[in-house]
Amino acid sequence: MSEAAVRAGWEVVIGLEIHAQLATKSKIFSGSATAYGAAPNTQASLVDLGYPGTLPVLNREAVRMAVKFGLATGATIAPRSIFARKNYFYPDLPKGYQISQYERPVVEDGSIEILLDDGAKKTIGITRAHLEEDAGKSLHEGLANSSGIDLNRAGTPLLEIVSEPDLRSAKEAIAYLKKVHTLVRYLEICDGNMQEGSFRCDANVSVRRLGKTEFGTRCEIKNVNSFRFVEKAINYEVERQIDVLEGGGSIVQETRLYDSAKDETRSMRSKEEANDYRYFPDPDLLPLAIDAALIDAVRSTLPELPDEKAARFMLHYGLSAYDAGVLTASRELADYYETAVREVGGGGASAKLAANWVMGDFAAFLNRDGLEVGSARVPAAALAGLLRRIQDETISGKIAKEVFELMWADAASADAVIEAKGLKQITDSGAIESAIEAVMAANPKQLAEYRSGKDKLFGFFVGQTMKATQGKANPAQLNELLKKKLAGP
Amino acid sequence: MSLTRRDVEGIAHLARLEITEGELPVYVDSLSKILSFVEQLNAAQTASVEPMAHPLEGEVQRLRADEVSERDAHLKYQANAPLVSAALYVVPKVIE
Amino acid sequence: MSIHLRSVAELAAGLQSREFSAVELARHFLARIDKENGALNAFVTVTPERALADAARADAVRAAGKAGPLTGIPLAHKDIFCTDGIKTSCGSKMLDNFVAPYDATVVARLGAAGTVMLGKTNMDEFAMGSSNETSYYGPVRNPWDRSKVPGGSSGGSAAAVAARLAPVATGTDTGGSIRQPAALVGISGLKPTYGRVSRYGMIAFASSLDQAGILAPSAEDCALLFAAMAGFDERDSTSVDAPVPDYVAALGAPLKGLRIGVLKEFFSEGLDSATGALVEAGIAQLRALGAEIAAVSCPNLPLSVPTYYVVAPAECSSNLSRFDGVRFGHRCERPRDLMDLYKRSRGEGFGAEVKRRIMTGTYVLSAGYYDAYYLKAQKVRSLITADFRRAFAEVDLLAGPTSPTPAFAIGAKVDDPITMYLNDIYTIGANLAGLPAMSVPCGFVGGLPVGLQLIGPHFGEARLLTAAHAYQRETDFHRRVPAAYA
Repeated sequence: MSEAAVRAGWEVVIGLEIHAQLATKSKIFSGSATAYGAAPNTQASLVDLGYPGTLPVLNREAVRMAVKFGLATGATIAPRSIFARKNYFYPDLPKGYQISQYERPVVEDGSIEILLDDGAKKTIGITRAHLEEDAGKSLHEGLANSSGIDLNRAGTPLLEIVSEPDLRSAKEAIAYLKKVHTLVRYLEICDGNMQEGSFRCDANVSVRRLGKTEFGTRCEIKNVNSFRFVEKAINYEVERQIDVLEGGGSIVQETRLYDSAKDETRSMRSKEEANDYRYFPDPDLLPLAIDAALIDAVRSTLPELPDEKAARFMLHYGLSAYDAGVLTASRELADYYETAVREVGGGGASAKLAANWVMGDFAAFLNRDGLEVGSARVPAAALAGLLRRIQDETISGKIAKEVFELMWADAASADAVIEAKGLKQITDSGAIESAIEAVMAANPKQLAEYRSGKDKLFGFFVGQTMKATQGKANPAQLNELLKKKLAGP
Repeated sequence: MSLTRRDVEGIAHLARLEITEGELPVYVDSLSKILSFVEQLNAAQTASVEPMAHPLEGEVQRLRADEVSERDAHLKYQANAPLVSAALYVVPKVIE
Repeated sequence: MSIHLRSVAELAAGLQSREFSAVELARHFLARIDKENGALNAFVTVTPERALADAARADAVRAAGKAGPLTGIPLAHKDIFCTDGIKTSCGSKMLDNFVAPYDATVVARLGAAGTVMLGKTNMDEFAMGSSNETSYYGPVRNPWDRSKVPGGSSGGSAAAVAARLAPVATGTDTGGSIRQPAALVGISGLKPTYGRVSRYGMIAFASSLDQAGILAPSAEDCALLFAAMAGFDERDSTSVDAPVPDYVAALGAPLKGLRIGVLKEFFSEGLDSATGALVEAGIAQLRALGAEIAAVSCPNLPLSVPTYYVVAPAECSSNLSRFDGVRFGHRCERPRDLMDLYKRSRGEGFGAEVKRRIMTGTYVLSAGYYDAYYLKAQKVRSLITADFRRAFAEVDLLAGPTSPTPAFAIGAKVDDPITMYLNDIYTIGANLAGLPAMSVPCGFVGGLPVGLQLIGPHFGEARLLTAAHAYQRETDFHRRVPAAYA
């Protein structure tokens, strides 16, 4: 569903809550490992299990990562922040409370800029980001009428990032989500793996009549685990809410789950009584103090941020905002691109050529094989080698695509493939002329028609000659020579 | 502060405590007495006073190095568990 | 003198001079426990095998010339401390089947110092009580009069030491739970400054108030054990990283010039007159030893009991949520669903006082009431703390009664929670402000012991122990043992 289809007279208001699992080695309050995929309950210490008498001790790296995020979003870092207990009963919450932050979070009042489809920029406010511990998991397979609780995940550090309700469409929401996703990966504070649950999103969605200033009643859509599903879930929910309101009903504030199979949201089955979390400062933890020294130390570790890098790409490589955005979506891709450009040498033309190839064939092959940039079968230097051969006209752009595919399959260099398959471009005018003559001789009818005015047949002769030379004829030369020869003696 | 049966039932539910019909009036009575007793606090002038979350004034949270210091000991820890299956803690079905 | 009448220092001397071995010493106390515990119910679990193993190890250490001041000294641990491989019940049905998989830091440190564990002592359930009548394992009886309570919540530790079934025992104090039982059974008890002793492995009741301490006949005994317990623990974020003074070396210092404040608010109408007279005599004794006595006032102190009964239940209501029948502890039979699992496991596992406090705490934290109750109480707590700070600008220690009355009859106060709560009227203030405090025996009323309370400024344990020791050099109340147990 596109922007235009939002029904007339209605405005959509969306706020996103993102839970990013911080990429620390150990948990936020205990020394257990955080590695994904361990056998059940093998990474759950006495502290994680909430054993009587155990106490939390705060992981320094989790704090540094939160500060990093705050600095990267221009936020205020609280000099003192407080951990609070959020009390509720659930089997995956061993202590019967989650240690989180409530009244005084570590990060407040940040913002992130997103690029909209039409190229416009929009600033989205980040109300707060705070540290908290993750809960465990409930598993249901193979257990009749029961659930099995795995507490490996309990105690993993989370950064909960809350946006202002500044988003006005599912598309904006996705742009924001992707931008935050890119940012946390740039900062190396989160691996952003949505399938594994290290980057989770809840969407708060409400609608209101255009022109109204108060917010409508909102519903929270929980735990949607892909960008695509977030977009679909929001769109479904917007439609649902408008239907209800136009039908004279009212929206019940509730939590809903997205069913990707049916593409719909539904109310959570256990009818949620408004949970009274009874927040109070956790007496087992002292106030978290963050001083200028710590902030400066973290600031010095900030990488070039996505927006800065994209701006630099536009300036330096003469790329469009769109291209720059695509190439800087991850640090790995941006680094790959820059290495390729550097290796090719030359000026702006190389930069544009490299951009097209990285965004095009390279990305397509990564996607096809489900690989990350780091595992690409054509390293940046090798791609540069291929691009040089295009530039020096050893091969045509079209042939280059064939070469690239073979380079990928065999992890070979461009030159090796060109040599092995004899794909060198034909630039000998004599050879091209011979080929043209052969084609003209084989197609007297078309020749006659062309000479009597049917200009469109030029393409036919191009195609036939290319075929005759296994695509290796230099296109520019072919064009020139063909024009001359077709024109007649 | 006088609590009603409904109040106490609500609190018991929040605290996940089963209170029998017979016990209920006893708790209504004693909880009401306790809350009335603590209402003496209202007399204190606290308008410009900071709440005290812990007695260690001026102390701040110590930070721990990010190192894995725990190893798998689930067999030992699960010796106390009432019901375990395939190393998972078993509970009645959690409905999402 | 009988072995069990000797002080810790005297026992250490006896071990060192090879008058007896640690194994013989352990056997002696185990035999006494076997004979006398039935009538007192001071122990939940007696650990003879463990005791003899600890003792054998202590003897080996001594033979190797590596003995320290506590090597071979038997002790009992309040059943609130996790002890690896040994049942740890916290006085509750909820943990009746719980075997701790690790040692509390206090247990580990005292073990490393060479002490010998005789067993785990009875206590008010989850440390909630002032008479040791809320225990799942039945009430503990006061060795001076077995129809009377020993005080609580460390009633088992207090009774065990008073009857000399153990030379010394650990306890915990959240609102007076070391000092009040110490006073009611005629022994000494020390609650340290908040943060001085690790809470790791000590089952939490009220996290911002709980502290581990010692019950022993004399202040000197307390100092010897306390020296091994005190100090920073990286596993406890509320543990203070500050140097530990040599408490034992400090003991001999004279009292001359020490300024002792007598709190006006502690000599109020609730104080039994005979008790008050003995406390005043104790203070007079301190003056005779060279202390300067001054009158001081902490005007917000009368609000300490209501403050405590908001803050402590609030914290405990959260601390006890982990007892849900899932990973450890009591679980109900055949739960119908998750809600039933929680409600019945907790309903069956917890006693009435615990449920009462959980519900009080849940209420004062709940939406709409947080500001009026919890926040308000934490503000009053600041006022009380400020009062103490002002007092300690004028004096070095505060002195007063520990308990408003001597030991009362078992069953006498169980019906009205408020009456029971008021037993802690003099002790609670020190917990709210995180101050160290002691009780030392100062006489008898109708054959029942009375305690004199001393309160110090933050990290003023040395001063407390010194003053108490000076007092005990001049008096012998701390040496008295009920005839039946001598």
